[in-house]
Amino acid sequence: MERRLLSGDEAVAAAARDAGVRLGTGYPGTPSTEILQALDALGGRAQWAPNEKVALEVGLGAAFGGARALVTMKHVGLNVAADPLFTAAYTGVTGGLVVVSADDPGMASSQNEQDNRHYAAAAGLPMLEPADSQEAYDLTVAAFELSERFAIPVILRMTTRVCHSKTLAARRADLPAPPAPAFVRDIPGRVMIPAYARPAHRRLRQKLEALQAFAEATPLNVWVKGDRALGVITSGVTARHVAEAAPSASRLELKTVYPLPLEKIRAFAASVDRCVVVEEGDPIFADAIRAAGIAVESKEAPYRFGELDVQRVRRILARDRSPEPEPPKGRPPALCEACPYHPVYATLRKLDCIVAGDIGCYTLGVLPPYQGIDTCVAMGASLGVGLGLRHVLPEADARRVVSIIGDSTFVHTGLNGLVEMVYNPPPTGHVLVVLDNGTTAMTGQQEHPGTGRTLDHEPTGKVSIEGLARALGVANVDVIDPVADPAGWEKLLKDRLAEPKLSVIIARRPCILAAADIRKYEKAADEKRAALACAGCAGAGEVSDA
Amino acid sequence: MPSRTVNVVVAGLGGQGVIKASDILADAAFRAGLDVKKAEVHGMSQRGGSVTTDVRFGAQVLSPMVPAGEADFLLVLAPSELEVTRPLLRPGGLLIPPDAVDEARLPNRRSLNVALLGLLSHHLELDEAHWLAAIHAALPERLHAVNDAAFRLGRETAAAAR
Repeated sequence: MERRLLSGDEAVAAAARDAGVRLGTGYPGTPSTEILQALDALGGRAQWAPNEKVALEVGLGAAFGGARALVTMKHVGLNVAADPLFTAAYTGVTGGLVVVSADDPGMASSQNEQDNRHYAAAAGLPMLEPADSQEAYDLTVAAFELSERFAIPVILRMTTRVCHSKTLAARRADLPAPPAPAFVRDIPGRVMIPAYARPAHRRLRQKLEALQAFAEATPLNVWVKGDRALGVITSGVTARHVAEAAPSASRLELKTVYPLPLEKIRAFAASVDRCVVVEEGDPIFADAIRAAGIAVESKEAPYRFGELDVQRVRRILARDRSPEPEPPKGRPPALCEACPYHPVYATLRKLDCIVAGDIGCYTLGVLPPYQGIDTCVAMGASLGVGLGLRHVLPEADARRVVSIIGDSTFVHTGLNGLVEMVYNPPPTGHVLVVLDNGTTAMTGQQEHPGTGRTLDHEPTGKVSIEGLARALGVANVDVIDPVADPAGWEKLLKDRLAEPKLSVIIARRPCILAAADIRKYEKAADEKRAALACAGCAGAGEVSDA
Repeated sequence: MPSRTVNVVVAGLGGQGVIKASDILADAAFRAGLDVKKAEVHGMSQRGGSVTTDVRFGAQVLSPMVPAGEADFLLVLAPSELEVTRPLLRPGGLLIPPDAVDEARLPNRRSLNVALLGLLSHHLELDEAHWLAAIHAALPERLHAVNDAAFRLGRETAAAAR
């Protein structure tokens, strides 16, 4: 097919579509979010899960059923999904299962820059890494084939630069359709009680040996023969920086980043006078290659931080130890001027609250003028961290502690913290403020279970945050619009902080960026319901209460 | 067709159409049959923060990012971004600042991004037809006339300055 300018995310989606993926699922997270949106736009089935663990489990179930499934998340999402991930390596899969881990070196929009190549070795799962959109397409297709051939989930590791850069890519029209889903019982293969898990671990190690042999032989790994004086081992978008920084060097561009083709690497290193490993993030390749007894140079410590680019690669290759120039400092993002959270932060500041915060747009409340958040660690952590503070602080300070969390983040993993709040209440009680703007705002206004709409904005079952809080037995559950009634909001928070009880306050007001779209989706849903009701009256069709 | 890679950086603030401008430029170069890469970092850009995007095109483009100090052209949509992004430009490179076109003559303030592309187009060997096709592909039909006019305003401004 003809080449088009595609982002890496769009290329993964196109490959998933062309490879006959039955189901794409994940949780929004920069830079991975656009994959499922693009899959949906291409006519594929794509859905948001409440969190990455659930997404991976849904994908695994689909793969147990013989279907191809794609599961997408940002790097920190894989931490949430790590529990099923490690044991899915034991069970293996029937249909192809590809897990996209979109890492964010340099933290363009993340709380850490963990290098998820570690997960491949830790879980024992093959990992492929593309350098651009064409490779994102080709390696997604290869990942599904590999997953089925070796009956194992495959991780596709992307980075922000690859996800969000647009480069030319062509789709393929010749991909064979995968077999139809069917359930084939395999109790010892999929029920990981110790008696079945012990042989499963041995099977996994055998698969990894076979995968190592595959990595040695596959033409996916590219050996570019250049000068003998310098050879560079690299992967991902860094391979492109290297090609530009050292055009005459020999290059070994790794696409199978786990297991590594160590014999090929040994031969490459022997073919050049000086062999340097240039990798973004942690020195994972360099450590593994050296552990295999192959002498290579690794980058110096400063290059573990942030993204690499052409200039930094030039410096690594030149062993330039001079201080790096400061990158230009632009204006940081801020809460939108008309954001409904302004009155919330104004009050938290005014009442001198100790605020356990969470992940989302509202984290920007940490910036001046409010400096209104005291902690931000992980999705859903506001509950646990707030409770921990309440448990140990002197009573007067404990009463100042508030947990704040967004609606999407609450459904993601905040719910578990709410259960903890009910189960282990601090003596002073606790106050949770759910900032409910009706969307997953930070990542670009995606739906979630609390909006009652699917990824493509169609009406579906709606999870009620206040309903959950009441069902769990929280003493005070209030819903308030902090923009329409700022005085009422302030009084409510003051009252709740004064009580030694458990309180949930839902500060509900649509995101200013999403409000118009939300109205449009709601109108369309109302019309659909009305049409269904008419059809029901006439006995012409099935009535759904969705 | 230029054989060496042309490096363009577009800078501004979230909401100004920086990414849209770079999409149009990349598409125009693609329509001209060139290899193109476009890099950007978004995610928090909607919250009014700084946004810069890199567009590179030529016979073969390697890294998607323009190395600092190697931009041939720097388009800046917001005055606040001028000083922080100036070091991205190579010596002798062309800065196209937000006041390079007469704002009073802009049919709509929101089409400043496209007007600056018009100015840039004067310096690039890409056919006007590719530019207009790229603008039309990137924007809804109701905005075509306004943006065509903005593009031509930039193009004529650059031609008049010669």
